[in-house]
Amino acid sequence: MIRAHVLISGDALSLARGAEETRLAIEAELSYLGLDKEVQVSYMGHVDRTDALPMVIVFPEGTRYGAVRPEDGAYIVQEHLYKGRIAQHLLAPPETLSGQIAHLPGRAGAIEAQKRVVLRRAGIIDPTSIDEYIAHDGYFALGKALTEMQPSEVLKTVKDSKLQGRGGAGFPTGLKWSFVVNQPGTKYIVCNADESEPGTFKDRLILEGDPHAVLEGMALAGYAVGAHEGWIYVRGEYGQARERLEYAIKQAEDYGLLGDHIMESGFDFHIHVHAGAGAYVCGEETALLESLEGKRGTPRIRPPYPTVRGFRDQPTVVNNVETLANVPAIILNGADWFRSIGTQASPGTKVYTMLGDVNITGLIEVPMGITLREVIEIYGGGMRGGKAFKCAQTGGASGSIIPAEFLDVPMDFSSMAAKGAALGSGALLVCDEDTDVVDLAYVLVRFFKTESCGKCVPCRVGTVQMLEALERLQRGYARAADLRRLEEIAGYVQETSFCGLGQAAAVPILTGLRFFRDEFEARVRH
Amino acid sequence: MDKDLTQTVQRVLMRHGSNREALVEILHELNAELGYLSQATLALVAEALKLPSSQVLSVASFYSMLDLEPRGTHVIKFCQDAPCHVAGGREVWEALEHELGIGFGATTPDGRWTLLTTSCIGACAVGPVMLVDEDIYGNLTPERVRQILKQVAERDQAGGAA
Repeated sequence: MIRAHVLISGDALSLARGAEETRLAIEAELSYLGLDKEVQVSYMGHVDRTDALPMVIVFPEGTRYGAVRPEDGAYIVQEHLYKGRIAQHLLAPPETLSGQIAHLPGRAGAIEAQKRVVLRRAGIIDPTSIDEYIAHDGYFALGKALTEMQPSEVLKTVKDSKLQGRGGAGFPTGLKWSFVVNQPGTKYIVCNADESEPGTFKDRLILEGDPHAVLEGMALAGYAVGAHEGWIYVRGEYGQARERLEYAIKQAEDYGLLGDHIMESGFDFHIHVHAGAGAYVCGEETALLESLEGKRGTPRIRPPYPTVRGFRDQPTVVNNVETLANVPAIILNGADWFRSIGTQASPGTKVYTMLGDVNITGLIEVPMGITLREVIEIYGGGMRGGKAFKCAQTGGASGSIIPAEFLDVPMDFSSMAAKGAALGSGALLVCDEDTDVVDLAYVLVRFFKTESCGKCVPCRVGTVQMLEALERLQRGYARAADLRRLEEIAGYVQETSFCGLGQAAAVPILTGLRFFRDEFEARVRH
Repeated sequence: MDKDLTQTVQRVLMRHGSNREALVEILHELNAELGYLSQATLALVAEALKLPSSQVLSVASFYSMLDLEPRGTHVIKFCQDAPCHVAGGREVWEALEHELGIGFGATTPDGRWTLLTTSCIGACAVGPVMLVDEDIYGNLTPERVRQILKQVAERDQAGGAA
């Protein structure tokens, strides 16, 4: 009976720093204490930080030790695994928790690894090993679907789960799939991995940490709607994610879990990876499809929606990475299980990247409906330097600048929308009392100006004009009329831009003015 | 026409097939191999894919990771988005400009450095961040920028001597 797992980082750098000796020391001490039958020791691939290698993680607690020298190995075994107390002085330094971490384990109130949905394997299994994925219930959902369920039952389960798109808009996933089912033509599943919202990197860590979950989700989507081909559009900057995906696809094909005749069922599903080359607008689904066809990534007119005419003008499901990573767990555990997590309107969990003026930054997975205050206190370790919270920016294009009165609003799609704000893609940029909201708006609008594709006038010209007005405000040249003009232009940009990017470009200004108008007015020259 | 160039283009096209849908990836790969996409390169791609060269240029000029002019030996791309900005990005950017003696979009006269900005590269938890060629550097401060520039220069010298 295995009661604990000890994972040792086995990447090249860790090995160079003596991970092998550390492992041997741990194993020797375990067998000396007679614990070798109940504690399993293995290497893990990738811990996303290099400052505390070799790193040793002890589960189920998820305690992280590092750097662990060979002579520390025996001590950790004695203290943690034999006496059951944490070897405090060997813990990986907390401030370096900041970084590209897959999760923040072992913190009060945190979801334990085994209760996470999307990130339950990320950082725990070796993402380059399909065997480890399978050992952690991987491809069981696909097997269950192909052998025990009709496509319509898979679709119904996803519909009943009330899973909403995790890319930012929160559209019901099952409903989107159902639009495609009855369309004539060749159907496609497209995974939107063009994660480019400033401050968001959850999809990257899902792809790097658990690529098979996304592949399995796509195959399930394909089975449900009758598609036999899937494309992953991964942004050009995510080289490692792309490599992991290509490797994972090859592994799955070798095992007969993708490709022709999956698990002897007669269902075929092929997945291809396509890399972008640097364009935020390609995260917009119709621009993504243009880019996937080798063209400039400019958005298409909607309707027709991609569910009717998408990739190669055929009916296409476009889903975000995190959305698809939820699907296998839903099929495996059922819609009721999924609805038991989160809120009634928005079930499940949400993966956030927490950044800015908090003590600990990084990636978290929490139930939908948790409040921003809880997130900051429990996961962020409070505001940095004990300063007061001023505002948060909830994520690139699809988010808003929200003030302190939002701290206790449940974070789910509908509760945020009811308060006139958007949950967005999952970035939480927390800003303290020293933050200059005009400056923040300036930086956000500058982003949209840079990334505007130029197709429509409101966005192409409007972003430039908004930025100029903000610059005048910052420099103290602006008159009251300039501020009125800024608000007016922002309204036009939001109402008349062709796609979501342009419509969102005005949001920093409109929400900034709505909640912090006095700060804008204070900059006006009288 | 340059024979090496023709061969490189053919090799990349072979991998992807003469397929319009692969145009972005073909250009991306050529950009990585050749350093930038010259008019001659674009013309070869257009010919092979049987596309008007205007369409190939239109795609090449759209994506920020595709360069239409030669860059310095090292290309620095500094993230200028909100999370990095809030973490002290402005001072780091000013230090970069000061150390290199150039502004945005420029290349140093000795051809060693090109200074660009990039939109978010998804390494926000360690902001401010920059890319030096393919490598991400995080938790930047003006002091660390000076160290990194020195390290890269030293590595070049060591490489040149070896």
